[in-house]
Amino acid sequence: MPMPFYVAPEQMMKDRHDYARKGIARGKPVVAMEYADGILFVADNPSATLHKISELYDRIAFAGVGKYSEFENLRIAGVRMADLRGYSYGREDVTAKAVANAYSQVLSNIFTQEMKPYEVELLVAQVGERQEENELFHILYDGSVSDEEGVLAMGGESETLSTTLKETYREGLDLAEAVRLSTAPMTSEAGLDPERVEAAVLDRTRKGRRKFRRLADEEIGAILKR
Amino acid sequence: MIPDQPGLPLGSNPSFFDLVRGLSTEANAAQRTPIDGNPAAVAHGTTVIALKFTDGVVMAGDRRAVEGYTIADEEMNKVFPADDYSAVGIAGVAGQAIEMVKLFQLELEHYEKVEGEHLSLEGKANRLAQMVRASFPMVMQGLVVVPIYAGFDPRRSEGRIYRYDVIGGRYEESDYAATGSGSRDAKASMKKRWRRDLSQSDAIEVAVEALVDAGEEDTATGGPDLIRGIFPTVHVVTTDGVEELGEDTVRQAAQTVIDRRRPA
Repeated sequence: MPMPFYVAPEQMMKDRHDYARKGIARGKPVVAMEYADGILFVADNPSATLHKISELYDRIAFAGVGKYSEFENLRIAGVRMADLRGYSYGREDVTAKAVANAYSQVLSNIFTQEMKPYEVELLVAQVGERQEENELFHILYDGSVSDEEGVLAMGGESETLSTTLKETYREGLDLAEAVRLSTAPMTSEAGLDPERVEAAVLDRTRKGRRKFRRLADEEIGAILKR
Repeated sequence: MIPDQPGLPLGSNPSFFDLVRGLSTEANAAQRTPIDGNPAAVAHGTTVIALKFTDGVVMAGDRRAVEGYTIADEEMNKVFPADDYSAVGIAGVAGQAIEMVKLFQLELEHYEKVEGEHLSLEGKANRLAQMVRASFPMVMQGLVVVPIYAGFDPRRSEGRIYRYDVIGGRYEESDYAATGSGSRDAKASMKKRWRRDLSQSDAIEVAVEALVDAGEEDTATGGPDLIRGIFPTVHVVTTDGVEELGEDTVRQAAQTVIDRRRPA
């Protein structure tokens, strides 16, 4: 029986990291930005139906970059977890922290135990009554979580994007300013086709318990034209 | 992770009801022996009605719950928004009915989030029928729940009403429907007062009058209480969505109906 080659654990982990990073870097980015009334999410997404940003619960939204089938699977699992918790306990007991923790566990297990790691990065965000109470959790393919503030980018070219956005970002932007600012790095000289932009907000001023709202193409177009 | 068990249909199931049912051991243990008669010690909700008007549907319910011959609650709500474009009303064992409404609301919201779009009105009505059918073991225990469901169908641009029976039979009604102990009297009232071209305010009045009639004939149905300010719950569903009417509007309709009946 032929013996498998010995691969040092360091090397194995490094290979997995490289594999996942390369997969994620090929995709288009998603940006999240806090603004005066809540949190804005913007994605460069040519598809109008295959979303990268979606509603998870009353005050919680989900965004994913990388391989669609993988983050879609995680998104549905997140919706199930949130709805089941809200049903078993109470609606206010569903928190972004719990969902982010669950994602972190799952991704960490997949990273170490499966044939190949997931090529995804996730964002779980929760809008609070005040800006200080907003929560943004950024979860990487290996399960590591970071708690972010202000603005963050993930996916392809996210590092350069983050640097540019952090320079221009300031607190208390209104929605139109936030949309323009977050889409600025995606805009070429010919401008930006609003149909390529997927945008949604968690708006704390929205009536009712569900704070998630998608921005229609016309709304984005009107904002970008000004 | 979502397990893909062999033999199951492709794709993830967007049903919250199936998810909960799959997890709960209590629901599976519900196959107990049937009992005779109604258990008197549980609260029963009574009359709920729905009727169409030119722009949509009105659904209304009285506020009384009874335990046997005792009044259990004079301020109960039996009409609820199911989602943004439909309302559900329930008659029967209150605890189980309210739980069914809660599950149905979650079912619609869960589907919407998982699939990224709304179910069709037909789809929602079918789903409710399956949920009623699933509670059949409880019916054998004497714990009966009979809902009615009404909503605005954007594909046909009209309001639609569905009535159910205890085993999950689903019947679409063309004009109006009623469920619960006072439903006979409420239906008789609507039969005389309902017209095809009712305006919204007329439809509200017809709905309130039907509940007043049911309240006068049926002990388990509570009529409007002008002294304590208890009025029927009234929801209106139109193309703009579902809206619960404020107390003032319902009070006015109730006053009009009652004034008409006052001896001169």
